[in-house]
Amino acid sequence: MKNRGYYGNYGGAFLPEILVATFDELEKEFEKIKNDPFFWKEYETLMSSYSCRPTPLTFAGNLTRKFGGAKIYIKREDLNHTGAHKANNVMGQGLLVKQMGKKRVIAETGAGQHGVATATMAAKFGFDCTIYMGEVDMQRQRPNVFWMEQLGASVVPVRDGTRILKDAINEAFRDWVTHMDTTHYVLGTACGPHPFPEMVSYFQSIIGKEARQQILDVEGKLPKRVYACVGGGSNALGLFSGFFDDPVELVGVEAGGKGLNSGMHASRLNSKDADTGIAQGYKTYFLQDDDGQMKETHSISAGLDYVGVSPILSHMHDQKKARFESATDTEVIEALKLTMLKEGIIPALESSHAFARAFKEAPCLSKEDVIIINQSGRGDKDIFTIADAVDDPKWKEFIIGKAKEYNA
Amino acid sequence: MLESYIKQRLKTKDILLMTHIVIGYPSFDASYEIVKHMVEAGVDLMELQIPFSEPMADGPVILKANQKAIEKGSTVKKCLEFAQRVSKEFSIPFLFMSYANILYKYGMEQFSDKMARINLKGAIVPDLPPEEGESYIRAMKKNNLSPIYIFSPETSDERLAYLSSFASGFVYCMARKGVTGKETAFSNELAVYLSRCRKATNLPLAVGFGVKEKADVDYLKGKADIAVIGSQTIRIVEDKGVSATGDFIRTLL
Repeated sequence: MKNRGYYGNYGGAFLPEILVATFDELEKEFEKIKNDPFFWKEYETLMSSYSCRPTPLTFAGNLTRKFGGAKIYIKREDLNHTGAHKANNVMGQGLLVKQMGKKRVIAETGAGQHGVATATMAAKFGFDCTIYMGEVDMQRQRPNVFWMEQLGASVVPVRDGTRILKDAINEAFRDWVTHMDTTHYVLGTACGPHPFPEMVSYFQSIIGKEARQQILDVEGKLPKRVYACVGGGSNALGLFSGFFDDPVELVGVEAGGKGLNSGMHASRLNSKDADTGIAQGYKTYFLQDDDGQMKETHSISAGLDYVGVSPILSHMHDQKKARFESATDTEVIEALKLTMLKEGIIPALESSHAFARAFKEAPCLSKEDVIIINQSGRGDKDIFTIADAVDDPKWKEFIIGKAKEYNA
Repeated sequence: MLESYIKQRLKTKDILLMTHIVIGYPSFDASYEIVKHMVEAGVDLMELQIPFSEPMADGPVILKANQKAIEKGSTVKKCLEFAQRVSKEFSIPFLFMSYANILYKYGMEQFSDKMARINLKGAIVPDLPPEEGESYIRAMKKNNLSPIYIFSPETSDERLAYLSSFASGFVYCMARKGVTGKETAFSNELAVYLSRCRKATNLPLAVGFGVKEKADVDYLKGKADIAVIGSQTIRIVEDKGVSATGDFIRTLL
C-alpha cells in the first residue's frame, strides 16, 4: 500500500491495519481486470444477457414540449435487471470475486437497490450473501428487504448511529475485518478507501459510454448538459465519465431535503454545511460538526441520504469540472408526478432529483440544445413513500384491508 | 520516553497492564473514578479514547460507549480537559486513542502540540496508517510523542518492518482479526504470530483484542510486554459499577 487513490486532496486509503493486505490484493486483482483486453467484452456480454444493456436512451417528447426549451433525453438505467444502475457495479465486482476465488459477499444498502442487485449476483454466482441495512431504511424500503430475503440473502438490521446508509457501511466493514479471507465487500458506490472509488466508477462508466454513442447516433451532436443525482456518486460518475473530454456541462443534483437552510438535507457539495474530513476509510467533504462528528442527514430518498460523497466528485467540484445543485423533497415529488403523467415513466425518488433540476433549467436552454437526464433507477420500490407523499386514499384503504386480512 | 518507562517497569514485572476508557462514558465523573480505581489497583498505562461517531475498528461494546458519550456531550474540548486533569493527578503515562478525523479537524500539528502541553505520551489512531500519516508523524516526532502503530495477524513480515520504522514507545499487536470486544483463542498460532512481531521490532509489544481475564494475561507473559484490556472494563462498569474496576484489575495480576 503506497500513497494512492488521490483525486486532488480527496480519496486515499485510511485503512485499519487488519485490512491493508486485503486491499492490496483487491487492487492487484482490479488492475488485472483493467489491463485484460477481454474483460470488458466479457462484462458487456454478461450485462447484455443478464441485465438489459445497452439500456435505451428515451426521447421525452411531451416533457420537451411542456418546457419549450432543450430536447430532453432520459438514459434508462431503470431498465437494468433489478431496476437500477447498481447492477452495473455489482456484476462487475461479481466477476472480480469469482477471479479472487472468494465464496461470500457482503454489502451495505440504503435504498435497497444495491442490496437487491448484490443478492441477485450472489444467487447467480453461488455466493453466500449478507446485506447490512439501517433500520430506518428497512422501514422505508420494505419491498426491497422482501426481495433480498427471497433471493437468499440475509438482511441484517443496523441499529447503531443514525440507522441509515453510513451506519450500514460501518457495519459491513466490521464484518469484513473479521471475514476477509472468505469474503468480499461489494461496496455500492464510488466512495470508501482506494480502489473502490475508481473501481465502482470503472464499472459504471458503461452508462456514459453508451449514452454518448446513443446521443450521437440519434442527434448527431453532443448534449449541452447532462444531469444525474448524487448520493455517493456512482451513477453520476458513470454518466459523466462518458463526457469527460467533451464540452458538455456535468450537473450533479444532491438531496436538498427540507431545504438547504433547514439543516435537514444531504447536500455535501452544494451547501456550506460540509467540509473536508476523514471517515469510512477516505477523505472527502462530509457533513460534520466542528469536532469532526458526523451529522444526521435527511432526504426523502434513502439512496441519497449519506454524509459523504465520492472523492472524485469532491475534486471535480473544487476544480469546477462539474456543477452541483440540489432539489428539495417537495420539488422531487412534483418532478416525479410530472414524469409519470407526461411520459409514463416512473423514476426512483433518487433519480427524480436529477429530473427536478433539469426541469428548472430546460426552459432556459434553446430548442437546438439537447440534455440527458440519468434515470438511475425505477420508482416501484418507493411505492409506500410516494403513496404517502401523494396522500392516495385508495392505497390507504387497500393497506388497511390487507392488514385486516393478516389479523383475521 | 514511553519506551524507557516501559522497559524500566518490566524490570520488576513479568507483564504490564494497559487499560482503556471512552472519555465521558458513562459520564465524566465516572470516567475519572474509573481512572482512579485502575491506577490505584496497579495499571501501568491507560488509553483514553476520544469518542468518534464512526468508530469503524470497534466492536459493539466500545461502539455503543462512543455513541453514548457523544450523546451526553463528550466534546473534544472536554476530553482534552479531562486528559489534562488525569495526567496531572496520576503518575502513569496516558495515551489518546481516537480516529483520524478527530485529529484532522483539530489540526494534526495543533493536536500533537496540545498533547505535549497536557502531558499525554502517545496516540493510537487505527485508521491513520503511515502512508496517510505524514503530517501526524512529523508533529508527533517534533513533540517527542509516540505514534503507536498496530500489527495484525494479516500483516506480512515486510510490512511489520515498514510499520516499526515509524513506531515509537511500543507496538500494539492485535491478537486476532475482527473488531474489539470479541472472543480470542489464545493458541499456538497466536504465539507464532507474536514471535514474528518480536522479530520485527525492538520496541515493547502490547497485545490487545479479546484479553479479558487472568488466564489471558498469564498466557501473554514471556510472549509480550503489555496486556491490553479494552472492552472488558467497560462491561465490568456496565454490569457491576465503577467501583468494581479496581477489584477487576487486581484479579488480573
